[in-house]
Amino acid sequence: MDKSTWTTKVGLAQMLKGGVIMDVVTPEQARIAEDAGAVAVMALERVPADIRAQGGVARMSDPELILAIKEAVTIPVMAKVRIGHFVEAQILEALGIDYIDESEVLTPADEEHHINKHKFRVPFVCGCRNLGEGLRRVAEGAAMLRTKGEAGTGNVVEAVRHARAIYSEIRRLQSMDENELFTYAKNIQAPYELVRQVAETGRLPVVNFAAGGIATPADAALLMQLGVDGVFVGSGIFKSSDPARRARAIVAATTHYNEPEIIAEVSRGLGEAMTGIEISKIPRDQLMAGRGW
Amino acid sequence: MTVGILALQGDFREHEEMLRRIGAPTLQVRLPKHLEQVERLIIPGGESTTIGKLLSMYGLIEPLRTRIRDGMPVWGTCAGAILLAQRIANGRSDQPSLGLMDVTARRNAFGSQLESFEIDLPVLGLGDEPLRMVFIRAPVLEDLGHDVTPLAHLDDGRVVAARQGTMLATCFHPELTPDERMHRYFLDM
Repeated sequence: MDKSTWTTKVGLAQMLKGGVIMDVVTPEQARIAEDAGAVAVMALERVPADIRAQGGVARMSDPELILAIKEAVTIPVMAKVRIGHFVEAQILEALGIDYIDESEVLTPADEEHHINKHKFRVPFVCGCRNLGEGLRRVAEGAAMLRTKGEAGTGNVVEAVRHARAIYSEIRRLQSMDENELFTYAKNIQAPYELVRQVAETGRLPVVNFAAGGIATPADAALLMQLGVDGVFVGSGIFKSSDPARRARAIVAATTHYNEPEIIAEVSRGLGEAMTGIEISKIPRDQLMAGRGW
Repeated sequence: MTVGILALQGDFREHEEMLRRIGAPTLQVRLPKHLEQVERLIIPGGESTTIGKLLSMYGLIEPLRTRIRDGMPVWGTCAGAILLAQRIANGRSDQPSLGLMDVTARRNAFGSQLESFEIDLPVLGLGDEPLRMVFIRAPVLEDLGHDVTPLAHLDDGRVVAARQGTMLATCFHPELTPDERMHRYFLDM
């Protein structure tokens, strides 16, 4: 029997495909998310919108809270650690969490190194803005990727930018010859072997979800049509006026992303979405997507 | 013979790619209208609570039950096996399901993701060569009814594959390995 193999790590992400992973800050929210059809929950003390509003250093959540959320649901539970903070990751592994998000939403603990994720039995998901960044994370052992977007804004523009960047780079790679692949790998600072694999298969080596700014069923379907495998919704659900209903609607729109009639139906009378922020109004040093290297 | 693959959520593309390699035509099933065009159905791995919810939201439960009772061959892998089972242990009491196979599916029988594993084991009907089985937060099958034949079990005796007439349940994911034998077995059912 082989435990925690690459196949089982990547495999759990495969099982989440076509689904919605929701940020929750209490066991009760976790149950609402599960009832609405979430494929997994992200256990947090503060959703990104509150982290953004309150400022200060954002760290891994209290294990007490994470365990209470784990107790409340039967679906997988994920939790976030700071970029480079491998001890926070060791703690989450000890708690038996199902997936770790090494996340730019928290304040980075190391400004040069990401966690060596190969050393862990628990799988990791990491954010990326483009193909090079994504493949660097895979080389470090990430078994799942997500776009960074700009978390806590309710503004989908950055997630769209990152998804488009990734898939257009993959399409370009497929038309390159071997000599060009060497140079391209060098230019995007990604391992050649992974670049060649993407060029050959026409897809990322791991599952890629959208994250960062998704607030409506239409946002979720937009990212799905752009090619992502599923969506994370952070502040978008529990910062809206009717979380349970909005959560169900986003789940339905993620499954039926190619059926405009269904998306129209589930979008009716959903109440207020979270208040959005224009990216250009955010001071540069408060942008989260730039964290990570 | 078109093989429908329930595509509400989960690893339906991996099943699709395997069947394409074998040369079987496939169709993604998301709504009742798609169901009318298929002769057999695979329910993939994923989250059983999510897939159950979407089955119920879009009116698929009754049409599916009718087709399966009328003899349409069906195969559930992992979450799919849970959705086929008449009884679910360790689940949500209110989780929607098809409830057709006379077994109890015990959800997350091994624990969290840290207990996910791979193992080589023989499967009844697939010859002597063991099959690579990938278990991801997997269930096991218990309390098998008289009409249910166990096809594979772990060393401790727990059943991880079973068949009842035209219904097949596996707790593992043959679609995540290159081995085509389980898919061919299903196509011959």
